[in-house]
Amino acid sequence: MRIIENKKIWFSISAAVIILGLVLGLARGINVGIDFTGGTLMEIELYEYVSTDEIREITDQYDPGASINHLGNERTTIQIRTIEDYNNQERMEIFNQFKAEYDLPDNEPSYASQFGPSVGREIQNRAMLAVVISALGMLAYITYRFELTFGLAAITALVHDVLIVLAVYSILRIPVNSPFVAAILTILGYSINDTIVVFDRVRENVKHMKKSNFAQVANDSISQTVVRSINTSVTTLVTIVALYVLGVSQIREFALPLIAGVISGTYSSIFIASPVWVMLKERQKGKRSHRVNPDTN
Amino acid sequence: MNFKSTIIFIMIVVMVGLASFTAFNGLEVGNVAIRPIGESVRQGLDLQGGVYVVYEAQTDETGNELDRMMSQVIEVFRRRVDSMGLTEPEIVREGDKRIRVALPGVENAQEAIEMVGKTAQLQFVDPEGNVILTGNNIRGSEVKFPSGQANPIVSLDLDSEGARIFAEVTGRLAQIPNSQVDDKIIYIVLDDEIISSPVVNDRIPDGQATISGNFTPESASNLATLIRAGALPVDLTEVQTTTITASLGENSLASSVRAAQIGITIVLLFMLAFYRLSGLVADIALVVYILIVLGIFVALNATLTLPGIAALILSVGMAVDANVIIFERLKEELRAGKTLRSAIDSGFNRAFKAIIDSNITTLIAGVVLYQFGTGPIRGFAVMLIIGIVASMFTAVVVTKFLLKLLVAMNITKNKKLFGA
Repeated sequence: MRIIENKKIWFSISAAVIILGLVLGLARGINVGIDFTGGTLMEIELYEYVSTDEIREITDQYDPGASINHLGNERTTIQIRTIEDYNNQERMEIFNQFKAEYDLPDNEPSYASQFGPSVGREIQNRAMLAVVISALGMLAYITYRFELTFGLAAITALVHDVLIVLAVYSILRIPVNSPFVAAILTILGYSINDTIVVFDRVRENVKHMKKSNFAQVANDSISQTVVRSINTSVTTLVTIVALYVLGVSQIREFALPLIAGVISGTYSSIFIASPVWVMLKERQKGKRSHRVNPDTN
Repeated sequence: MNFKSTIIFIMIVVMVGLASFTAFNGLEVGNVAIRPIGESVRQGLDLQGGVYVVYEAQTDETGNELDRMMSQVIEVFRRRVDSMGLTEPEIVREGDKRIRVALPGVENAQEAIEMVGKTAQLQFVDPEGNVILTGNNIRGSEVKFPSGQANPIVSLDLDSEGARIFAEVTGRLAQIPNSQVDDKIIYIVLDDEIISSPVVNDRIPDGQATISGNFTPESASNLATLIRAGALPVDLTEVQTTTITASLGENSLASSVRAAQIGITIVLLFMLAFYRLSGLVADIALVVYILIVLGIFVALNATLTLPGIAALILSVGMAVDANVIIFERLKEELRAGKTLRSAIDSGFNRAFKAIIDSNITTLIAGVVLYQFGTGPIRGFAVMLIIGIVASMFTAVVVTKFLLKLLVAMNITKNKKLFGA
């Protein structure tokens, strides 16, 4: 396999996805969930499809800027989202209006959540901190068990996966909310896990290496582990896809980025982490031989 | 064919089968009844419906004064929540100024919030029905045992504004002749319920009032607690709420369970098709894995949430990873011409490092997630951590044991049946 030699192709594919996500994100804005901005989200089952215009007759009394979505297979559930921070009484008022209008039973399948603005900022900060801390923890562990070049290459793959998943969030306009934090951290874990298995093989093959041909070692190691990489991705994807297909809306919002993350995690362990490791090794070797033999040129 | 190994293998399969049956359907043998896991696990409110509110105290107080305030608020909440008769309410302080109230299983979530969060509850009402003091004016209330008196009394400590008003009102009521006793009563009302109706005998000038009567130590202490608890000492705002009706929760649970069933079935079939006999071993190990995870979950009395179920289903896909690593190694060793027995040993040894390193890195993410997450994210992290540890255990112990047993059974020497 000539994975390392074609690294420009792989890097370009990734860069294209990330840039597309960035451009779309800047152009259309990110769909930030109310957990991060503060605001109110209500979901009400109406048992019939009701047009957005009709729903606006009620919601416009509160916030003309509210966004209305239809959920569920029959699209009979409406989701109202607003950045206004409604308290219990206001939510109850809105719900009662729908109840009267559409003759709903008292205890309607409904969901409501509300976040004050300060909570959103806190969740955001903690999420950032969590990502940074776990990345540092992993870097430290890999450096301890392998060596720094492996750690740096693994972290590069990890940052790549996070960027890809962010791009997917932006391209598919998935709301960025607290499950987002869990999704990102799961992907961190999965990405590293996958990369480590390839690196474990590299670590083993380096010992038997004849010349310092790091590209060859990396290519061999990838081909020796590729069946495992594919099989593990398949079994993992099967379960997440089942969740996505059958799950409720909150689960689907979470499963979709995970699907992207698992694919990206598998891709990056082969096409990003290994080439980066080879690049780091070759640069390291270049420097060292330069220092050892200053007179060769 | 080795008889002994075969018997052990079959026994293990039967045991695992029986354990799974018990886990999902429950078991009754004589007097011992085991409840199915579905019933014994605590369900989060996203699965059974309910309400979750985080209140924030609007105050600049810090330190001890803030602590005192917050514990008083928690006391008030507890009292109100208890009156709803819920099974597993949760009232905890979060950070400095926040209190999280989770009420799983409430029928009408919106009403429940209203009941918990309403502000004015403790009131002192004069005989004409005017509210003269509220809980905000009460600084404290204690039981005292004055010497020479048979019954304990309840003392009240009012703030300066309360003391001023109380002096004025009691001064007025004390002048009314004792024959008109009904006009001399100050009603102490908590959440629309009269908890005490003391008669005013004297003007109380300094905000230090006492209530005496036929108190027992218990009833006095009860009244003092009610008065203290009724004094919601600070304004609270809802900073975060989630309400979910029960039927929506049931839907989420049912659809997640179906997703799990389908996902797990496909993974089992995939492993069997790809790795044949090894796949069979992996399948048994996977069932053991699921039983261990659910068992630990129940033992920890952890709360199963929607993200938790998602993590469990996800982990099933990832749990076979260690098996896949081992089987791929095994295939390589077999192709290199080793015998089954020695291929299993060296395959395991060489796979071990990769399994440990890859899982520990994931574990780091799980622990960080637990440290920084709140509520449902923590549920997800707990599931992830349990999953990683259990999958390492089943791969290294259960898979290895079964695989060796399978080889010892001597049914086949055909390496193809091990995926090679």
